[in-house]
Amino acid sequence: MEDIKKRISISKYRDHIFAIVGLLSSFVGLVLLFTLFVDLFIDGSPRLSYKFFTSFPSRFPEEAGILSAWVGTTLVMVVTAISVVPLGVAAGIYLEEYARKNWFTNIIEINIANLAGVPSITYGLLALGLFVYFFRLGESILTGGLALALLILPIVIMATREAIRAIPNSIREASYALGSTKWQTVQWHIIPYSIGGILTGIIIGLSRAIGETAPLITVGALTFIAFLPSSPITSDFPFLSFKWLFDPFTVMPIQVFNWVSRPQAGFHVNAAATGIVLLIMTLIMNAIAIYIRYKARKKIKW
Amino acid sequence: MVEKSRLKSESKNLNFYYGNVHALKNVNMPIELNKVTALIGPSGCGKTTLLRCFNRMHDLYPHNRYEGEILLYPENINILSSAVDPIEIRMRISMVFQKPNPFPKSLYENVAYGLRVRGVNKKQVLDEKVEKSLRGAALWDEVKDRLNNSAFDLSGGQQQRLCIARALATDPEILLFDEPTSALDPIATSKIEELVIELKKKLTILIVTHNMQQAARISDWTGFMMLGELIEFDKTEKIFTAPSEKLTEDYITGRFG
Repeated sequence: MEDIKKRISISKYRDHIFAIVGLLSSFVGLVLLFTLFVDLFIDGSPRLSYKFFTSFPSRFPEEAGILSAWVGTTLVMVVTAISVVPLGVAAGIYLEEYARKNWFTNIIEINIANLAGVPSITYGLLALGLFVYFFRLGESILTGGLALALLILPIVIMATREAIRAIPNSIREASYALGSTKWQTVQWHIIPYSIGGILTGIIIGLSRAIGETAPLITVGALTFIAFLPSSPITSDFPFLSFKWLFDPFTVMPIQVFNWVSRPQAGFHVNAAATGIVLLIMTLIMNAIAIYIRYKARKKIKW
Repeated sequence: MVEKSRLKSESKNLNFYYGNVHALKNVNMPIELNKVTALIGPSGCGKTTLLRCFNRMHDLYPHNRYEGEILLYPENINILSSAVDPIEIRMRISMVFQKPNPFPKSLYENVAYGLRVRGVNKKQVLDEKVEKSLRGAALWDEVKDRLNNSAFDLSGGQQQRLCIARALATDPEILLFDEPTSALDPIATSKIEELVIELKKKLTILIVTHNMQQAARISDWTGFMMLGELIEFDKTEKIFTAPSEKLTEDYITGRFG
């Protein structure tokens, strides 16, 4: 009897040790992130003002701003989103609902899983060869957006598939038993019931893309730019212009990189301020993703 | 056994394979018009497999193969023929599943879905059909004030009747039930059973059931299956009072199963 009690107390002691080790491990990540955020905020917050968002970069740190960078980031993200959403969602739906399970589908699946792990600069090299040299799209917003779209395509495809796989098979059978075709089932059931998960995946992908630097430098994004791309809205008919797609650009992470590598301390403050903006944009995107997921889960429970 | 003129459907030398697994062996079974035909037998005997041949559900999955024929009267077409589109078959032969599986949509949209698939979009037509189907499934009075609520707000038994209404909306000729009450409590079960008896006035019913009393209560014809074979098929009273096969007798008296 004494023996058993001793064993139990030794086991419980070990249990406590792991609980402490686990707690410390999880704190490391949290504390680091918090420190980073506080440090960035202390460094950068003095520079955050309306003027900072409306000024071009300049030789003088106090006058420099991120106008060209945030406009560039926004436009590149628009191109990325518009190209990755139809491609990624269509591929995900095809692989889950249409593709027969055979060696060909297996090869596609293995490739997509591997693509997600390819270093981002490799996508930059691919985009440089394909979009800049072969299709002659130039070192433009279009090229940058497409390069990032390639980068996050596997993320979107996999998120779409996960979301679709969560739909119970009984729902598909119910639809088919009423005489639906595949497309009717996809259109009326599969997409509506998985849209929460799909949107979440798209936003997670975009928030990954928004911080990417390497592939954009590879395709020739500029590091100093003191003009805006041409406006998408014009005063003459047809009031829409796509010239901006072919304009040179910079994005916020590149602007940060550029400022950090300067010797003057004033530019480092600018870099920290831009870092805050980037971080907040990413956090907002993630918050939207979490909200959508929460909404979707609340509406549909299987 | 069943008069030729009274036949709605009939399987002839039906064999079915899941890949290499021979799941149905030479099944010959008539289905009489406007009657309830029940399939009973131990788990894994092939009764659900047989049921799902009638609306070609097996076509949804790879490596499934049919042999033989299932004839649909009065046109005398072979349901299993590759020349026949399974979608057309499913429009004429509806199905209710084991577990209630409403769509995560409103009650109205659940019932209207089968019509929308057929291109019916007129609000007036849809309204009429939805009401008629819900009445047919004995659910109208319980839900008429909340047709826009989610189908998930209903109880399990109501959900199953909603699934029946959904299947009725398109005026099917045959209704297939795959153990429709196995997930329901006794009260909900008795409502579904009354409904089945009511429904046979208008259409033909084939029902798989695990519950022999249920088969005895609601069916006109009963088929007893075992290991993929239809051991005996006869009038329900005959099967339950004086079966001609020893296996059937052993099963219904509870000696195995």
